Amino acid sequence: MRLRYMLPAIAFLVVAVGLGVGLTLKPREIPSALIGKPVPEFSLPAVEGRTGGLATADLKIGTPVLVNVFASWCGPCRVEHPLFMELARTTDVTIYGLNQRDAPADAARWLETFGDPYDKTGADLDGRVSIDWGVYGVPETFVVDGAGCIQYKHISVLTRDVLEEEIMPRLQGKKHVPCEK
Amino acid sequence: MRILAIVMLLAGVFAAPAVAQYVDQPLSDPQLEHRAQVLHKEIRCLVCQNQAIADSNAQLARQLRVIVRERLEAGDSDSDVKTYLVDRYGDWVLMRPPLKASTLILWIAPFVILAFVLGGAAMFVLRRRRQQQASVTPLDAQEEARLAAILDEQN
Amino acid sequence: MIAELGHFAIVLALAVSIVQGTLPLVGAQRGIDALSAIARPAAIMQFLLLVLAFVALTLAFTGSDFSVLNVWQNSHTQKPMLYKISGVWGNHEGSLLLWVLILAAFGFGVATMGNNLPPSLRTRVIAIQGLIGVGFLLLLVFLSNPFERVFPVPAQGNGLNPLLQDPGLAFHPPFLYLGYVGFSIAFSFAVAALIEGKVDAAWARWVRPWTLAAWTALTIGIAMGSWWAYYELGWGGWWFWDPVENASFMPWLLGTALLHSAIVVEKRDALKTWTVLLAILTFSFSLLGTFIVRSGVLNSVHAFATDPARGVYILAFLVVAIGGSLALYAWRAPTLKTGGVFAPISREGSLVLNNLLLIAATATVFIGTMYPLFLDAITGEKVTVGPPFFNATFVPLMVPLVVVMAIGPMMPWKRADLAGTLARMKVAAMITVAVALLTLYLSGFEPILAVLGMALGTWLVAGAAIDIGERTRVFRISLRDTLNRGRNLPRSAWGGAIAHAGLGVAILGITGSLSWEIERLQIMRPGDRIGIAGYEVEFGGVAPVTGPNYDAVRGTFRVFRDDELVEVMTPETRRFTQPSMVTTEAAIRPRNFGDLYAVVGESNGDGGFATRIYHKPMINWLWVGSIMMALGGLVSLTDRRLRVGAPRRRIAEAKPALRPQQQAT
Repeated sequence: MRLRYMLPAIAFLVVAVGLGVGLTLKPREIPSALIGKPVPEFSLPAVEGRTGGLATADLKIGTPVLVNVFASWCGPCRVEHPLFMELARTTDVTIYGLNQRDAPADAARWLETFGDPYDKTGADLDGRVSIDWGVYGVPETFVVDGAGCIQYKHISVLTRDVLEEEIMPRLQGKKHVPCEK
Repeated sequence: MRILAIVMLLAGVFAAPAVAQYVDQPLSDPQLEHRAQVLHKEIRCLVCQNQAIADSNAQLARQLRVIVRERLEAGDSDSDVKTYLVDRYGDWVLMRPPLKASTLILWIAPFVILAFVLGGAAMFVLRRRRQQQASVTPLDAQEEARLAAILDEQN
Repeated sequence: MIAELGHFAIVLALAVSIVQGTLPLVGAQRGIDALSAIARPAAIMQFLLLVLAFVALTLAFTGSDFSVLNVWQNSHTQKPMLYKISGVWGNHEGSLLLWVLILAAFGFGVATMGNNLPPSLRTRVIAIQGLIGVGFLLLLVFLSNPFERVFPVPAQGNGLNPLLQDPGLAFHPPFLYLGYVGFSIAFSFAVAALIEGKVDAAWARWVRPWTLAAWTALTIGIAMGSWWAYYELGWGGWWFWDPVENASFMPWLLGTALLHSAIVVEKRDALKTWTVLLAILTFSFSLLGTFIVRSGVLNSVHAFATDPARGVYILAFLVVAIGGSLALYAWRAPTLKTGGVFAPISREGSLVLNNLLLIAATATVFIGTMYPLFLDAITGEKVTVGPPFFNATFVPLMVPLVVVMAIGPMMPWKRADLAGTLARMKVAAMITVAVALLTLYLSGFEPILAVLGMALGTWLVAGAAIDIGERTRVFRISLRDTLNRGRNLPRSAWGGAIAHAGLGVAILGITGSLSWEIERLQIMRPGDRIGIAGYEVEFGGVAPVTGPNYDAVRGTFRVFRDDELVEVMTPETRRFTQPSMVTTEAAIRPRNFGDLYAVVGESNGDGGFATRIYHKPMINWLWVGSIMMALGGLVSLTDRRLRVGAPRRRIAEAKPALRPQQQAT
């Protein structure tokens, strides 16, 4: 059997292996470019009806924090919200909410209706701060370490598996990524 | 229900929004606006995932278009603008994959393919030529004699 | 009840296809006629069963039977009837059913029309079609059942993506599938020939019409998709090098190569193993396209909702079908006898070059499409490959191809005198140079590619005209004789010339619209005017409008030329409720020398609106050129010699005709 005739079959095999591996990947998820970088400089007022806005300093309090990007117009945010409520109720994890491009009244009503798990909220009315955080969809959730260094980003609805396998360990300081300046 | 929807649609379109609406307002400097539009074609819309922000009407695309314009007005060069976005979203936000080690293969591949193809063509031509020569096998002594006899007859 | 009938039909079709794919192969191999005889009735029965299933699903959609899960997910009572019907194939399961139906239809075609094929070949071809059917029917029945029920029955459906509620788009998938699936026949013929160990002119004579039909359908399908994108997707883009677009383009490129190399097999009995390989590869890329679209492995605006199980299954099917056929090729191809000899400079040589360049182009598009996946798999790094890469690599490959395309048909078979051939193309060359200079004069050096594009397009059109002119000896004999000759020319000669000219026209359209497009972006208040390409466009404000299943804001533009009102354009921004989505509908004034294209956007909160107005020169030529290409295919299909009666006569003639043929074409 001459090699020449076997080439197409061999080439296909390589491609098939690649495709097989490809099936295990998640092409829609773009990893954050900000992992291992300090949080951007920002300062936002609180969501209407709440005290305590959100600023860079709040993310350098010495203990890791969660930052959840949410909006009242975001359907999947409703789906993950109970998990955050549970987290707020049963643990002492610091959770901040970054409210993206929401009319103040809408955001306030949403939190009143479904509950407010956030220790502090930041109302990002025009979405600029979200862009600085590299947010491109809602919801997204960040883990930031005590020194204000972004450790991890989860895209889309937060599930219990991801919470237990990726988020909680990092909140406890494991899998730490050092910060570039 | 329908009336409500129309009213809401008009309200969204006409009202001065508390939430910023990102509107494509061209820059007053035509050169800057031209640069903006070129950049818009080179930046990927991350929620549409295979369109440039120039081609998409998604909220994020509009927002990024406005941001590109703002940065140009602030005096950024084209590469500054791209760096600004890459810092936040990674290389992935650029439509043209940057030339670095991992994408070198991508950019070189077409030339390699072409070389293969032309090489294949050359091989093909050579093989044909060899085949043609090989198919002309010399006659043996008996066949030579017969050929000579036939030719004599013809003459 | 109807849904159950449909379900039963596809399960039965699966059983029939298993029988169709196995027993006749054994029969043909062992000479057991009883088994071979199963092929034809099985193919007919499978087709009828799948027609039944398709009709059942269509009835469920048109009757808004929301107890069927697929109908509930993809339809809505408020949808217009046309889109209820097109909704049948506007989703994964339904489109898969359409796929399989067309596959069975082609098998049916061979079963009913293949009376003059050598019996063992026909039996094998039908059997292999059956095997392909098994693969898809397994997917359909077990992982993608369109007839699944849902309880409790919902009162209303979840609607269809409003972007898909469009006449152009409604019919684009069926054409695409006719194309993709049509190439399965060439594949089956190739595999059958490998099993038989024989490829001859009769084989090629049979493969050509099916491949031509598939190619024509795919051309129409791709063109329709592009046209739809042009008027629907916001701002007049018509090709994005999106993975799903590429998935349809690659089989088209290979199919074009196959079409041309099959000519050489038929006419010159050469390039046999090569053509067999191409036939396998073309359909393989169709299958690959199926995988890409339905497995979620690549990002795309077009992709169906993804399910990993389906992806795994389709990949397994790919390995068996493509890997198996390529392995068969590796084993059996060396036994195929090589055929006619030819010089590199000859018509065969130019067709070989055509093939090589098309393969290189396909490989390039493939690499660009798959690269993000491979890089992610190996290094975990994410990049995307967009239009800049494809434009920079694909276009340069096409340039030599287009140049040779005009010359090739003018060359004789076996050995050509290049200088002589080029001399006959003098007129075409002169016209081309004239057009290039004219472009340079009118448009200047920027963009320089405009000159190249205009030259290439003109070269093709002129070359096609010269080709026909040469064959009809125009200007050298009387007009009446020329017309007679023209009438008697084989249809495929006309078809080829029309298709090549069509590509030339399309290239001219692409060049014009890309090089000289004018885009005007501004905030306009009612009463504002802008000037563009000789028009004055005045904005008239917006008004609310209600459609059958949407609410919209409609903008009004009055278009003046020389102070005379020539058109009122009314673009809209539409809001759909089910599902919730906003689309922009552009207003287009299509004209041969340039489309006017208007879009109304958001309000700036101050009484002004963001508006976009474009002038796109010659974009129409792209659509006209595509229609010409498809027309060329159709004309070639009507060639008497390709009609099914031909092979028998050819086989009878073939024995004594071992001398080189005199070519009239």
